[in-house]
Amino acid sequence: MTARDLPAHPLPDGLSQQEIDSEVARAQAAAEPGAHHPPRDYPPYRSSHFRHPHRSLIPVRDPEAVELSGPAFGVTDVTALDRDLTAQHAGEPLGERITVTGRVLDRAGRPVRGQLVEVWQANASGRYAHQLDQHPAPLDPNFTGFGRCLTDDDGGYSFTTVKPGAYPWRNHTNAWRPAHIHFSLFGTSFSQRLVTQMYFPGDPLLPYDPVIRSVTDQAARERLVSTYDHDLSVPEWSLGYRWDIVLDGPCATWTEEEGDA
Amino acid sequence: MSHAPTPSQTVGPFYGYALPFPGGSEVAPAGHPDTVTVHGYVLDGLGSPVPDAIVETWQPAPDGSRTGLPGSLRRDPSSGKVIGRDGVDFTGFGRTPTDAAGRWFVRTLPPGGVPYLCAAVFARGLVHHLYTRVYLPDLLDEGAEAADPLLQSLDAERRATLIATRTDPRTYRFDIRLQGDDETVFLEFS
Ligand SMILES: [Fe+2]
Repeated sequence: MTARDLPAHPLPDGLSQQEIDSEVARAQAAAEPGAHHPPRDYPPYRSSHFRHPHRSLIPVRDPEAVELSGPAFGVTDVTALDRDLTAQHAGEPLGERITVTGRVLDRAGRPVRGQLVEVWQANASGRYAHQLDQHPAPLDPNFTGFGRCLTDDDGGYSFTTVKPGAYPWRNHTNAWRPAHIHFSLFGTSFSQRLVTQMYFPGDPLLPYDPVIRSVTDQAARERLVSTYDHDLSVPEWSLGYRWDIVLDGPCATWTEEEGDA
Repeated sequence: MSHAPTPSQTVGPFYGYALPFPGGSEVAPAGHPDTVTVHGYVLDGLGSPVPDAIVETWQPAPDGSRTGLPGSLRRDPSSGKVIGRDGVDFTGFGRTPTDAAGRWFVRTLPPGGVPYLCAAVFARGLVHHLYTRVYLPDLLDEGAEAADPLLQSLDAERRATLIATRTDPRTYRFDIRLQGDDETVFLEFS
């Protein structure tokens, strides 16, 4: 590596929340105003340091690019049970039962139909069913925390699960992730691929979390927070949250339509 | 373009029991004589392997079709388990988590009509995935290279990061370097 490529050292271990907060403020001040996505070079999330490119991305404007098409999924790829994360074991998982529902749209507001939505999350105590998660919170034998579904004709998706717990991580001293559900989404083109996280309204940990704060624009950050929707709550059964998702990026059909216009 | 997009967030460290699926790397029907293997490391800015990354690939079928087919994660309705592709339909989609040594691979059929596989890289520490392309040198004669707008836009040194190295007649090496002097070319679509 040349000196040019050797940036400032990664932020050291053991920073306090206050020190991370000032790094967050610094990154926010340096960010492009109104940016929709987080900058890949985001010092407050310490493990981004050696994992982001230094060079600019190369724009591809070729209308024949294969990335403007994408993989297809269908009835063979999901079962009807996959959208219910509370029904994957013999017993009921512990926690607050919730449903999470929304629509997947493209940037023109058109529904993304028949595409794969995958979710994964910690259990109600804040522990993942993953060997490397050693947070001393209990595993739940009745909860794995992974689900899939296909979007319907309206772009709609729906999952039944339990509300995930907050959990500590070692980014800095006393670092806690707010409750969140990880989402993976496919659009009609590979260039619309999205992996993101959904948060819960009113979570007191949101201002302290460098992961959601990596989205430097406040309005964009708010798009990651679901809405409590009382009409989605089911009496004597579950609480309802709504979260719509808009996929970025072009797709082939778009190019054609723009060409027609 | 009226709708503001949902921001990206890192895939984090704990997707391992969720996103990978059996046969995710096996895009080619088992035993197909045209099968090629593409393999390599995902490396960080220190040159260290990245054991918690996922590489997804997408490509046209050998006949050039770009519509893809369902069935990458085909399920057994009685057990719910992923039983993998049916060996008939070519889905065009692959997903491989890197192993503990930071290595990924995909076994597939050469794409029809273009000389490359599309790839997306996700990792803990990466807040927004990265796109790149794996060009297969056997499909890249002089004409194809001259006709490829992306390769033509790059100088020789940068272009080389996108071209896999053939290590035997059916095996190609393709390392993905997230950062550094020999950083892989990453792409943006807009
Ligand atoms: Fe998480």
